[in-house]
Amino acid sequence: MQRKLWMVLALLVLVPGLMLMTSCAQQSAVDQDTTQKAAPPQDTTGSASGGEDLQADAAKRAAEQAMNQFINEHIYFDFDSAALSAMAQATLKSKAAWLKENAGAMVIIEGNCDNRGTNEYNLALGERRALSAQAYLVDLGISASRISTISYGEERPLDNRNTEEAWAKNRNDQFKLK
Amino acid sequence: MVYVTRRSILAPLLMLLFLSLWATPSNAVDEFIEINPFLKKIPMAIPDFKPMSEDALSQETAVETAQLLAETLLFTGYFKLVDKGAYLENPRESGITDASINYRNWTVIGAELLITGGIRRTADAVEMELRLFDTFKGQSIIGKRYRGGPQDIRRMVRKFASEVVFSLTGNRGYFNSEIAFVSTGSGNKEIYIAEFDGRNPVQFTQTKNITLSPAWSPDCQWLAYTAYPKNRPFLYIKHRYHKRGYEIANKGLNITPAWLPQADPPTSLEDMRLAATLSFTGDQEIYLLTGKGKIIKRLTKSWGSDVSPTWSPDGKKFAFVSNRSGNPHIYVKDLDSGRVDRLTFQGRYNTQPNWSPKGDKLAYAGMEGSRNDIFVIGFNGRPPVQLTRDAGSNESPSWSPDGSMIVFSSTREGRSRIYVMTAFGTDQRRLLTLPGEQSNPQWSPNKHLN
Repeated sequence: MQRKLWMVLALLVLVPGLMLMTSCAQQSAVDQDTTQKAAPPQDTTGSASGGEDLQADAAKRAAEQAMNQFINEHIYFDFDSAALSAMAQATLKSKAAWLKENAGAMVIIEGNCDNRGTNEYNLALGERRALSAQAYLVDLGISASRISTISYGEERPLDNRNTEEAWAKNRNDQFKLK
Repeated sequence: MVYVTRRSILAPLLMLLFLSLWATPSNAVDEFIEINPFLKKIPMAIPDFKPMSEDALSQETAVETAQLLAETLLFTGYFKLVDKGAYLENPRESGITDASINYRNWTVIGAELLITGGIRRTADAVEMELRLFDTFKGQSIIGKRYRGGPQDIRRMVRKFASEVVFSLTGNRGYFNSEIAFVSTGSGNKEIYIAEFDGRNPVQFTQTKNITLSPAWSPDCQWLAYTAYPKNRPFLYIKHRYHKRGYEIANKGLNITPAWLPQADPPTSLEDMRLAATLSFTGDQEIYLLTGKGKIIKRLTKSWGSDVSPTWSPDGKKFAFVSNRSGNPHIYVKDLDSGRVDRLTFQGRYNTQPNWSPKGDKLAYAGMEGSRNDIFVIGFNGRPPVQLTRDAGSNESPSWSPDGSMIVFSSTREGRSRIYVMTAFGTDQRRLLTLPGEQSNPQWSPNKHLN
């Protein structure tokens, strides 16, 4: 029993950890929020019943982790730009891979801006940011019909402060599942 | 119902304040010098009005109404009040008409203009007579008598203020206009409407989501705005007073509405015209729509963002923001020739153009560092004039209907609030105080006073 529990723990740490490593290899940095959310869950007591269940559970959790990463990992932009950085492109490649594995998933890309510009122009900029990501995913073979876009301009900041750090965080595309 | 008796309107008195001079400096380049009428404020005396009956209600109304008229006229930036403590004559005792006024008593304390008033007030009726005098000429300029219910007092005061400003500037002012703006007081961005001087703000929309960019129809009966009640940026055309409305719900953006100015606005919404940015093709372009949202034609053609149209008063041109040069700048399109000219070259981020109702200038927000400031630019190639400086971020300039003032938003006191200033940037002050943050002000056309 004790041994099984260890196995469970090891698997739970290893599987998402490996996934995290692979995604890290593709890109130079991972959003802090994502890193925290990708940490293994602490509560493992209920799942240690049998080997097959264990595997199924681990696979299920791995899938959940992958989905959470898809949802929680944003791409970021330079000021007044909708151009995709190398890092943003790497993130989009992993998102495209996830979308290929989850063929039923429909995604909404939300484009956001920092509050230094003005509302109206930022609504337009936010849309161009969302459309950039959509076009890139389509180039990677994802059907355009699975992707919709929406711009929130500067209306939904992740960080309300007026600092370089907050502005950088607020210039993003976010990915939601329908 | 307000009845008006016309007594006398003399020729405009201080038109010279508004004259523009051509001077030729040493470098032999013609320099356009515009005289700022707000720098030297005209000293004016407004003694308490005279109650025409002895009752307490008339007494009280007489004092309050004089105060209201003083506040309304001070708002314009043209006047300053002579200290009441200096008054040598009390028109309540001596009389309010030309025959009873000793003009020297007013000129020696420096009052160039004098307003006297008499008020009769009952429970359900108000009658007032108001007069404007030029103390140095010893002449009556305006005399008006108004009758109505107690609820009409403010309207009578505005109507007289309009007469005063008209006699001095030749322009009716903005005393029957309103200001729409966005406020977060309810927890969401919703549109509110206040009177021109910030009084009586009332929440207009209930979208319970993001609501932006209010725009007044030329007859002031409709407001267009962008809102997300269906979690998409759609345009809404809502009647000012009734619950009627239309939704413009193309795929993509439906934003930045601007009504075509029409001197004699059509009575039917279908015949009104609206420019707005739509992106259903995948590219953001400005389109001409009917008041109900039917697309008539596309007005811009350039890959990238084309947003924030603002019409010239004659409706023959419009200015807009485009990033076609790589950064957002303001461009002007002439509809007859189809020609597009870039207007702003200073800075790297110029947005939110608003064309002056006089037609000769355009106000906009220009970004320096991480903050915006309000600039005004003409169409003669001369550099813009900066109106706000070192006072938070200043955005969304919108002209008063007579072109004498600009309303804008500013973070100079921390949270974003609504401010006004004269067209020359003087007399900057907060318009109103409300919970939450306020932004996106839009000054309405001046409704006909009746």
